[in-house]
Amino acid sequence: MYAAAIIVFRESLEAALIISVMLAATRGIAMRGRWVLGGVVTGLAGAVVVASGMQMIANLVDGMGQEFFNIAILLTAVAMLAWHNIWMASHGRELAQQMKNTARSVSDGRSERSVILLVIALAVMREGSETVLFLYGVATDSANGLQNTVAGGVLGLVAGALVASLLYAGLLRIPVRWFFAATGALVLLLAASMASQAARLLIQADVLPSLAAPIWNTSNYLSQETVAGTILHGLIGYDAQPAGMQVVAYMGVLIVIASGMFLASRRASPSQAV
Amino acid sequence: MKNQLTLIAFCLAASQAFAATDEITLTIENHTFQPKELKVPAGKKVKILVVNQDATPAEFESKPLNREKVIPGKSTGVINVGPLKPGRYSFVEEYHENEAGAQGTIVVE
Repeated sequence: MYAAAIIVFRESLEAALIISVMLAATRGIAMRGRWVLGGVVTGLAGAVVVASGMQMIANLVDGMGQEFFNIAILLTAVAMLAWHNIWMASHGRELAQQMKNTARSVSDGRSERSVILLVIALAVMREGSETVLFLYGVATDSANGLQNTVAGGVLGLVAGALVASLLYAGLLRIPVRWFFAATGALVLLLAASMASQAARLLIQADVLPSLAAPIWNTSNYLSQETVAGTILHGLIGYDAQPAGMQVVAYMGVLIVIASGMFLASRRASPSQAV
Repeated sequence: MKNQLTLIAFCLAASQAFAATDEITLTIENHTFQPKELKVPAGKKVKILVVNQDATPAEFESKPLNREKVIPGKSTGVINVGPLKPGRYSFVEEYHENEAGAQGTIVVE
């Protein structure tokens, strides 16, 4: 039961942190709750489909199917997050203004809402499929496996959701003036973190060189096995022993998206004195 | 024609060079790694073939090697590692990470 709780906690926490950040980052957009929920449900359904098709996926591309599948998911999410942040850079001021004045939501956010749905669905699908496989294994393995697994799984899920809710509650306390700058920074780091994970998988698939492996080792100071390490990994892509190429991907995506945001915010307010 | 033959010969030679990557087999049975310690040459790319003989899926994970891969039940997964510096690199079958049999080490020398 303990093992099930730990694994489910780890996987659900990563997905839940992404949901919290997206939920905060899209504050003020009409009916976003429904789209977030849609993302979770789509993601869970996707996780079951991916888990049951894992054998088939694994055998693709000379046995590297799993790597390429996850790379595609991660890069799609990076593109979506980049789009979100650049969109926010030109609409964030308007959203913050409306949050201050009235409870009315911004209605012009149709494509933005599909981005929320897709990013959350992909995160839940990726973390969920591993959890489904694990739970399937443990449940069919031992005598009273099912009972213990379900109990542990629920415990882990609740703990993961709790930590992520605390993050969300904390984010909501940020003053409106700074709010979208803060969530924008978090989304930016989230995108960079996913790019770093995609780079790790590209190295694993032998497509990219590692450059230096590892480029540093901080596992003695903050192990990724700890709760703090897991949270930092999920939020900002903390890696105790990253390859040099991961750092290159992380910085590259960070710079590209930040430049896009800068250009978009300048274009949105050409005449306003800042 | 002669150029084409040279090209084909070159391609064959190139594919031979790729096939020359060392392959090492690691078996999982009853969630236990066999062998528990793998010897790998330093400074070389190596393919580790993880043969999962159990009916249930397993997950090979190594934080020091930065590798993570699900191996479905009754199948073999390929994990590329290296080139590595000499040393000891631990790995674990994440779905049973607290069990003694699910721990292993890659010894690079």
